[in-house]
Amino acid sequence: MPTPRTSVAFDVDAVRAAFPALQQTVYDELPLIYLDNAATAQKPRVVLDRMAHYYAVENSNIHRGVHFLSQQATDAYEQARQTVARFINAAHTHEVIFTRGTTEAINLIASSYGKTQVSAGDELVVSALEHHSNLVPWQMLCEEVGATLRIIPIHDDGSLDLDAYRSLLSERTKLVAVNHISNALGTINPIAQIIADAHALEIPVLIDGAQAAPHAKIDVRALDADFYCFSSHKMFGPTGIGVLYGKEAWLNALPPYQGGGDMIEQVSFERSTYDSLPHKFEAGTPHIAGGLGLAAAIDFMESLGHDAIEAHEREVLAYATERIGNIEGVRLIGTAPQKASVVSFLVGDIHPYDAGTILDRLGIAVRTGHHCAQPLMDRLGIPGTVRASFALYNTRNDVDALADGILKVKQLFA
Amino acid sequence: MATPSIAERAQDVVEEFALFDDWMGKYEYLIDLGKDVPAIDDSFKTPDYRIHGCQSQVWLRAEEQDGRVYFFADSDALITKGLISLLVRVFTGQPASDIATAQLEFLDKIGLQDHLSATRKNGLAAMVKRMKQYALLFSATVRN
Ligand SMILES: Cc1ncc(COP(=O)(O)O)c(C=O)c1O
Repeated sequence: MPTPRTSVAFDVDAVRAAFPALQQTVYDELPLIYLDNAATAQKPRVVLDRMAHYYAVENSNIHRGVHFLSQQATDAYEQARQTVARFINAAHTHEVIFTRGTTEAINLIASSYGKTQVSAGDELVVSALEHHSNLVPWQMLCEEVGATLRIIPIHDDGSLDLDAYRSLLSERTKLVAVNHISNALGTINPIAQIIADAHALEIPVLIDGAQAAPHAKIDVRALDADFYCFSSHKMFGPTGIGVLYGKEAWLNALPPYQGGGDMIEQVSFERSTYDSLPHKFEAGTPHIAGGLGLAAAIDFMESLGHDAIEAHEREVLAYATERIGNIEGVRLIGTAPQKASVVSFLVGDIHPYDAGTILDRLGIAVRTGHHCAQPLMDRLGIPGTVRASFALYNTRNDVDALADGILKVKQLFA
Repeated sequence: MATPSIAERAQDVVEEFALFDDWMGKYEYLIDLGKDVPAIDDSFKTPDYRIHGCQSQVWLRAEEQDGRVYFFADSDALITKGLISLLVRVFTGQPASDIATAQLEFLDKIGLQDHLSATRKNGLAAMVKRMKQYALLFSATVRN
């Protein structure tokens, strides 16, 4: 058990000061209001410095050199793995597989689990809230092996229909794959319940935690998740690296994903034997600097304290929901009781793209469109939304700027 | 009176936008232009006429008469609609061969170039490409 931190007051100004990108202006000297955190988060100085230090001083390949630098880099990279393992409370450090991101982590399981555990007539269950990353790999697998994808429907507020979910589970179900937090609507899904229900029928569960890692405390053991995936770049770390957590027993049972260096034990022209976990799933030279940057990002978040981050974000979200929701003509999309850091909305019948273009010109970075969740937008009967997504460095000020921007948008398109 | 050339019409557009000295005015004008574009018939809002590469939905169709090409376009977003209305205005009724070879620097001169995001620029590029494809198609049929 990590020791609970005594919560120091959350000083958001000090937090903002740690992020160089937040200090800039855009267009004609407009302060940047960055509300596209669900797409990717900004990086604190400590992450940038950690990566620069690696390239400047420690650069060398890992797991293969006898020399000083290689040993040092290997140690640092494996230390980063331990940091991740602690962050998600994994039972073993080797249950943490570094990938390029959430997308690759899911594709890894779709390949290694899919090819060995899923066959014609089987079913996979995903939800109507999934990002394309947690949908398309399963569609491809289903097409390849002749399995069927079943979709957990949502209620109008954007929460999952759990009764419908339970009725989808059967002896044919080979995997449940759902997101922890929806990127498009911010719904926090009851994944502990979802996992427990699936496990009652001995069905393993993969959680797409891409949107949870920057906001929520993740405890893969308490959740009893079989697989849990997330991306470094959404949690203040570098792009190009992410994590697949898998239970040891599963990872040992599954075949490798890619072949190459670093993942083998013995190679001859007749056959090769694979290295043990975690290396079996990590072919080739990894994103070493990325791993170190990710660990620095985790250290940064933990130095602020999860409870303090969550309390701050809850407050900003509550304020935004009220402030934006009360603007005449604004329709909030996604009003589930449990939500995190996302306000998705439409302004009258103004196209999200029109609204986003004007907001952008006011220095406010939001995302517009379907948010890589086209089937969800179809289900809601809308072309897309404007999405403001908050991170630990956002403030009520940012919300006020957004609200003012929306008024400008209304005025322009009136 | 002779039809103004593509270059002449493009120059007109540049001059109109020069009347606004701030981005708000330019956008307001663009949005108004978008509102004035006659909607195309829903029967043409099909995948065949849809242009991909735009964040909003854009449909474009063309007709040819006596070697000249006439364009009809629509979008569900007003800013996009304003932008295509500029293209349509410059191109419509021009000889197919002129359209196919036209240079379109005027888009960079209306003072919105900083503000047209990369995705929008790609969308614009896709619209121009489709218009030129129509022109090429028609100039081929005219020659035959
Ligand atoms: C819920 C969810 N899943 C998966 C992804 C894909 O993450 P990445 O592009 O980092 O692989 C995202 C990011 O957009 C996401 O929000």
